[in-house]
Amino acid sequence: MSDIHKLSGAYALDAVDDLERAAFERHLTECEDCRTEVASLRETTAMLAESVAVPAPPSLRAAVLTGITQVRPLPPIVAPHRRAAWFPLLVAASIVAVLGLAAAVWQPWTPSETPSLTAAEQVLRAPDAQSVSIDLGKDGRATVTRSKSLHKAVIRTEDMTPAPSGRTYQLWLQQRGEMISAGLMQGGDQEIVLDGDAATASAAGVTVEPAGGSESPNLPPVALFDFSQAT
Amino acid sequence: MDHLKSVPDGVPSTGGTPSGGDAAARLATLMQRSSLGDEGAFAELYDATSARAYGLALRVVRNPAHAEEVVQEAYLDAWRTSSRFEPARGSAIGWLLTIVHRKAVDRVRSAEAATARDATYHRESQPVEHDSTLEAAHASLEAQRVRSAVAGLTEVQREAVELAFFGGYTHTQVATMLDVPVGTAKTRIRDGLIRLRDAMGVGS
Repeated sequence: MSDIHKLSGAYALDAVDDLERAAFERHLTECEDCRTEVASLRETTAMLAESVAVPAPPSLRAAVLTGITQVRPLPPIVAPHRRAAWFPLLVAASIVAVLGLAAAVWQPWTPSETPSLTAAEQVLRAPDAQSVSIDLGKDGRATVTRSKSLHKAVIRTEDMTPAPSGRTYQLWLQQRGEMISAGLMQGGDQEIVLDGDAATASAAGVTVEPAGGSESPNLPPVALFDFSQAT
Repeated sequence: MDHLKSVPDGVPSTGGTPSGGDAAARLATLMQRSSLGDEGAFAELYDATSARAYGLALRVVRNPAHAEEVVQEAYLDAWRTSSRFEPARGSAIGWLLTIVHRKAVDRVRSAEAATARDATYHRESQPVEHDSTLEAAHASLEAQRVRSAVAGLTEVQREAVELAFFGGYTHTQVATMLDVPVGTAKTRIRDGLIRLRDAMGVGS
């Protein structure tokens, strides 16, 4: 991944798409050299703006200065790391608590009969189920599990960063080299059965698309799950 | 494709664009005052930076009404998030113009605005002309440094940096437009910026 350093210039100029920006910002959290370089290149671009300065219309000044009277400045960020680290745990703990409660409540109505499994559970528990996981770094983790005998695949996301505003994650199954839409999803923690016949698919993918989804992927996938790598 | 060269010769600034360390320190102070809710400080900040902010937005989005919207949103964002500005990590003008540029780019990239811009572009395909008195006002030492730094770029670097920064195109689009491999466009952009940085003596 050393090649990602070369994106520093394009990143400093906002000459990247949403996914490249996300990938590079992930890289920035780990690369001091790139942080320093981007900071210096941003200063450079600010100087370039000098060459195109044009006085703003007076009405704009009034609009801005009236506007700020109606907006409260945000408080400074206080100890962000501690909060960031605890938050997912609290969410996870509350999910566990809710699930535990749900299980306890539902117990009396489902005695020793064969429990009816959701479609997702059936796939996850199928004897021929195989999974591929992708670690998205600070954007979470996603796993696709496929059962050929059931012709279905399930994607499970953990703590996945929500799609940017006005965008959605879209799921795809690659059938004979072509990406076929397999539904939409949000970020967070979830379990979704992909639309379509997963038995014939060679891979599953996730892209970021405009809200409502697209006919075909507009951008390279955030994550691509190659079924030949499934275990 | 020559507006990177368009910084005029000659006439030193008499109070147009602030330059030098004192002005930079003043802007940083004003930004910090703003985070405490000081509207007067923000007004002073606006006056010292709005020509650069508006000029940049106008260059990218081209339509003056859209540029005003972009700049207004950017300043409101800057006011709202002023507590997130960290002087140790960069200048206030750099921080502010990063917000402006990002908003301008978002604006032109949204599908609707892209259509509008194409229409505008064909109607107004003349480059935005600079008022000569303004040019004089902005012919600060800083601007002269920019001009000579830009002159030090290779033609292909200048073209790539310009399409990306003022055109608002992604490096992938720049590659297609210039008919070069994606890696080549990415490298030209980065090498060009690094050369500008070094020539202008931007420290970090």
